[in-house]
Amino acid sequence: MASTQVLPSPPARALRLVRRSPLAVIGALIVGLVIMAAVAAPLLATSDPTDQDLTVVLKPPFWLEDGSVQHPLGTDHLGRDVYSRLVYGAQISLTISVLAALLGAVVGVAAGLVAGYHGGRLGAIIMRIVDLNLAFPLILLALAVVALLGANLKNLVIVMTITTWMIYARVVRGLTLALREREFVQAVRALGAHDARIIARHVLPNLTAPILVIWTLEVARVILMESALSFLGLGVPPPTPTWGRMLAEGRDYLTVAGWISIFPGIAIMVTVLGINFLGDGLRDLLDPQLRQQT
Amino acid sequence: MRAYIAARLATAVLVVLGVSIVSFCLTFLSGDPAEIMLPPGATAEHIAKFRAEWGYDDPLLVQYGRFLRRAVQGDFGVSLRHGQSSLPLIAARLPATLQLTVTAMLLAIVLAVPLGVLAATHRGGPLDLLAMGVALLGQSIPNFWLAIMMILLFAVSWGLLPTSGRGGLAHVVMPAVAIAINLMALLTRLVRTTMIEVLAEDYVRTGRGKGLREVIVLTRHALPNALIPLVTVVGLQFGYILGGAVVIETIFTWPGVGLFTIQAILNRDYPVVQASVFILATGVVLINLIVDLLYVWLDPRIRLG
Repeated sequence: MASTQVLPSPPARALRLVRRSPLAVIGALIVGLVIMAAVAAPLLATSDPTDQDLTVVLKPPFWLEDGSVQHPLGTDHLGRDVYSRLVYGAQISLTISVLAALLGAVVGVAAGLVAGYHGGRLGAIIMRIVDLNLAFPLILLALAVVALLGANLKNLVIVMTITTWMIYARVVRGLTLALREREFVQAVRALGAHDARIIARHVLPNLTAPILVIWTLEVARVILMESALSFLGLGVPPPTPTWGRMLAEGRDYLTVAGWISIFPGIAIMVTVLGINFLGDGLRDLLDPQLRQQT
Repeated sequence: MRAYIAARLATAVLVVLGVSIVSFCLTFLSGDPAEIMLPPGATAEHIAKFRAEWGYDDPLLVQYGRFLRRAVQGDFGVSLRHGQSSLPLIAARLPATLQLTVTAMLLAIVLAVPLGVLAATHRGGPLDLLAMGVALLGQSIPNFWLAIMMILLFAVSWGLLPTSGRGGLAHVVMPAVAIAINLMALLTRLVRTTMIEVLAEDYVRTGRGKGLREVIVLTRHALPNALIPLVTVVGLQFGYILGGAVVIETIFTWPGVGLFTIQAILNRDYPVVQASVFILATGVVLINLIVDLLYVWLDPRIRLG
């Protein structure tokens, strides 16, 4: 690492970032938009996402014949505004995925640190649990657990955490194993520093870049999985609008009102694409070596 | 070599044991199984009798021991809904799921390898950009949404393919594509990365230096080495593919284990859920084991490490 080089001014750095990784910038813009939609949903929505109005059932988007600006992306079979439901749906997708990826990071990083730094029997047990967790078809495990525990926000976050922590654990363990043998860590240890201090001050800071990259990519994966669960009827229960359920509800009206299913699908895809752009860009910028490990 | 295989086998056995614990625990996640399995109006006496009869009053460890002993013999109990032993019910649906997942895997590989090689050999060019664009899109598309859009287009609008069920080749196309898309994206990127690395190796330069045609260099020298990681990743992704099949089977009412399991989950048919989770997860463990051993065989360099 060229740590001696003088850092350029912030605007110059931003400009370099744009040039080096235009996709990451596009990703950041998309992600920013989705976050804004989620946070400012009450301001952005044109009507209450749960308001049913049976007089405007299955209205098409405004650019189609019979559509109106009042319901810019049309209405569903209960006359609910598709656009407003999309905007509110961003809240659920983001809340679950961000929280689950974060919780997964806390658990996974701790497990990976123990397994990598201490090793021993505890480390071996942790890695076997990782193997075990990886062996399950995750969506099946998530489905079974959600169906049995009951589908609500809290349970979904827990279940998604179960599907993500081991990715961190594996990568962190590998990196910690390598870091432990590096001279600077050996030097601090020779000086008599406690393990806790070595981990907190010297190992962890060197792991932030890969953890951040995994976190972004996991957020994207969890969004996809949450929407799949929701699509199968095991997401956050109605009347809360979720992208997955909107898509599922539109299935029965595919031929007459395709927009009910099309727009939530696009929303999921664009969001996930944006996060993947951002994650890939971050990976290239922060840690080219990580390419091989994730 | 022997030691490696022995260690790998031991790990696999441990993981399968873990799988059995998780499958066993699934019954208890929602509280008392007796209350769920019995009709709503059951009396306390009835419940007590049921609990005693099915051994739910025994200590958990005893119950787990019994579950394991029966599971080893292929006995996961009788399906609450179908009134038959759950294992044969699942076994009968396995071929359909295997047909779907294997087709999807082959499809993903067949598409990803040329795409990844093209991207690597045209690194930085428009072809590379196109391939990576396809890969990123494929990585981000929700497979169930793609499935619905395909139905809308190829079945409803154009009437080219059947919307559901299992039959001839035409029935496999849409579900297989839907399952393959995410894997295809992942593999394309993988092939590109490894191919770029391999193409920088000395033996590739030697091949070119002695005047071999580029096609020969690529297909005979570079590609076989670039494909080694592909084997592992495809194996590791098998669980993911199965997961995809679960969702996609329900959309196309494909009569496989996925659809059956989802129905069992929604019906709280515990014996079937347990059996299915156990079998699918054990299948993934076995595939990973085979892939790991295959990997050592494919790449003798690993044997030393």
